[in-house]
Amino acid sequence: MRGKINVYVSEVHGMAQRSGAVICTVRIGDVFGPMIATGTADVILSTEPIEALRNIMYASKKTKVITDINPVIPFTVATGCEEYPNLDDVFQEISSYAELFLIDATEIAKKSGDVISKNIVMLGALAATDVLPFKSEILLETILDNVPSNYKDINKRSFKGGMKAIKKY
Amino acid sequence: MIDLTENKVGKQILLLGNEAITRGALEAGIDVATTYPGAPSSEIADTFSKIAKQATKQNKNPGFYFEYSTNEKVALEVAAAASFCGLRALTCMKHVGLNVASDVFMTYLYMGCKGGHIIVSADDPYCHSSQNEQDNRYFALFGNAPMLEPATPQEAKEMTRIGFDISEELQLPILLRTTTRLNHTRGSIILDNLQKQRGKGHFEKDPLFALIPVTARVKHPALLKKMEQAKKISEKSPFNTILKIGKPTDIGIVASGVSVNYVIEIAEVLKLDVKILKLGMTHPIPRKMCEQFIKSCNVIVVVEELEPILEWQFKTIAYDIYSDMKIYGKSTDHFSRLYEYSLDIVADAFSKIFKVKNPYQKPVQPKLKLPSRPPSLCPGCPHRATYYAVKKAAPKGTIYPTDIGCYILGKAPPLEIADLLLCMGSNAGIACGLSISTEQKIVSFMGDSTFFHSGIPPIVDAVHHNHNVVITILDNRTTAMTGLQPHPGTEYDGMGRPAKLINVEDVVKGLGVEHIEIVDPNNIKDTTAAFKRALDFRGPAVVVSKSPCIHLEIQRKRKSKEKKSIYYIDQEKCNQCRECIVRFGCPAIYYTEEGSIRIDDLQCNDCGNCVQICPFDAIFKKEGNKRTIKQVLY
Repeated sequence: MRGKINVYVSEVHGMAQRSGAVICTVRIGDVFGPMIATGTADVILSTEPIEALRNIMYASKKTKVITDINPVIPFTVATGCEEYPNLDDVFQEISSYAELFLIDATEIAKKSGDVISKNIVMLGALAATDVLPFKSEILLETILDNVPSNYKDINKRSFKGGMKAIKKY
Repeated sequence: MIDLTENKVGKQILLLGNEAITRGALEAGIDVATTYPGAPSSEIADTFSKIAKQATKQNKNPGFYFEYSTNEKVALEVAAAASFCGLRALTCMKHVGLNVASDVFMTYLYMGCKGGHIIVSADDPYCHSSQNEQDNRYFALFGNAPMLEPATPQEAKEMTRIGFDISEELQLPILLRTTTRLNHTRGSIILDNLQKQRGKGHFEKDPLFALIPVTARVKHPALLKKMEQAKKISEKSPFNTILKIGKPTDIGIVASGVSVNYVIEIAEVLKLDVKILKLGMTHPIPRKMCEQFIKSCNVIVVVEELEPILEWQFKTIAYDIYSDMKIYGKSTDHFSRLYEYSLDIVADAFSKIFKVKNPYQKPVQPKLKLPSRPPSLCPGCPHRATYYAVKKAAPKGTIYPTDIGCYILGKAPPLEIADLLLCMGSNAGIACGLSISTEQKIVSFMGDSTFFHSGIPPIVDAVHHNHNVVITILDNRTTAMTGLQPHPGTEYDGMGRPAKLINVEDVVKGLGVEHIEIVDPNNIKDTTAAFKRALDFRGPAVVVSKSPCIHLEIQRKRKSKEKKSIYYIDQEKCNQCRECIVRFGCPAIYYTEEGSIRIDDLQCNDCGNCVQICPFDAIFKKEGNKRTIKQVLY
């Protein structure tokens, strides 16, 4: 909205939040709602490798998939009921459908002073692509306006860290 | 940060559909708002609560009264009474909440309201967080309630604001029917003026306000007359419009709610020339407008999620005006009565009906087998400790009826302690019925908020008939699943004011339960013993398992800067029996690639219960290595 462009966001609340996988879709521009048709996403940001693959139906060859490389083990795996696949296989399969960018967002967030800022690292990574129809500064400014003042520096470092990681590609 | 009480007309802000409804009510000068929390409606009430708490903190009057009521029925009664006194009221609930409130709803419509009253039903197609996906539009038809269905957050705000005026004009409560995809969509909102609240009203006595057979027979025709008037409002409503896409055409699409968005977008993607009858006031539908629409079309497609309510009405109208036009929809199998719609679903149906190519390719599916990631009880959740103790105490074959709340997550392995779940408060009633039908032992579960909501009457049944059941009340001091709202068992209310705390065990005692066990589930040994005693008791026994939700504990520790203990597994002592993983199932405990079992510091919430359950005493609290919650989390 700060970029004077229409936006819709779809969120998941309620029960699924208790350690479940959640998905949030964002559409920017002249659209009528937040939902994305399969195979039409410009970019998929994932904070976990298998979750990127789980949502691959939104991707096409033109889609950029940016994912953190660090698995978060679901309890179904921790209890030995199911198996976590080999990470290289996961990345290889994503690459066969879309353009893959790997990022150690957990490490960048930690180095920025706060592991919980991983989502801001991901947004920094997004800003480094050419997907957004507005300047990356607008995104950073909006983030900083919405976090408590004592966390501004951490968030700024995380955002820049994410940007830098993707620019290396 | 967004301030919903800002009086800046024309300002554009980004709001959640639910927040937009609250803003709409504020713009209409809301006096009384009531609810029982439930996804996907919760944020409407939580936003009122937030504003009220902020005002209470500053010793100010928020201008409205708000409460988390005991249940949806009470919520609707409280708000209806405010309306009888001429005040503006809003009641919000999830779709199944309206089942609980339906006794009020059906007769309230006979009585009619005075001050405007909006009843928000948040339906949940696809059952994202519900036990069914019932279509509450039937309630509007069932009870004769005017109904509005928003397609976007902006429209949700407008319908709420204008809905109060319609409600006062008709002297009928309005059903604002929303769905998850609207409630949890964030979109741009244009602010309107905030109207001043009425504050206090006055109750004018009217003999027709006491519904007995003789008054009911007067009120029913009066209601039908009001609905005739509602039809006229619907004919002129700005929420019912025709949108034209492409060249002039005789292809008509009828849509309501969020389906409208998919229809517009897909019509454009497929380059179809169509006119869309977008219905926002969907009960009563604008009959004349619909007749004319049918007459102006050669073919009609009806797009609505869940039940074919508009489709059937359109077929009725077509019959009445001798039209034999083809109406596509659910009856032609182009659309489903199940789940949510999507752009893909609408594109697929339109491409089949209009014989055009669907531009969306078949979506790719991962070839690798991915492990599922369902929601689970949080690390440190006291329910896990209770469940673990019950499983130790109860014989094999014990039946576990459960209820609506976080504790249903005990259904997942390894605990698997949820055999039956029906609706709010059903655990104990089901337990009673099982006890007369089988020799198996029965231990049922409900939360504290559920206990007050509708869990008390079945306990009365158990006591009066001496049913042989163990009823557990998992008293975690909050309504956890829906976002930590207060309830009658907490010492504060939804406006942040001190409130009378009602003790679960006092109520249970008052009901005449003779065997009551009060336990701290974090003491697993004592809890197990308590359940054993309860199971041995002939007759109804109640176990109150009292321990705050781990999220309340995290909040408390954060506030008081209390240190968080770090736990570790002594790898020398660990026998790899896996009790902590395969029986207790704490998500913070995991296998490493080299085969050892470890505790994830970041996920661990410091309950210490794993120390108690390890048969080899291999889990320890790290002395002298405490960190504040903040240090661990940030």
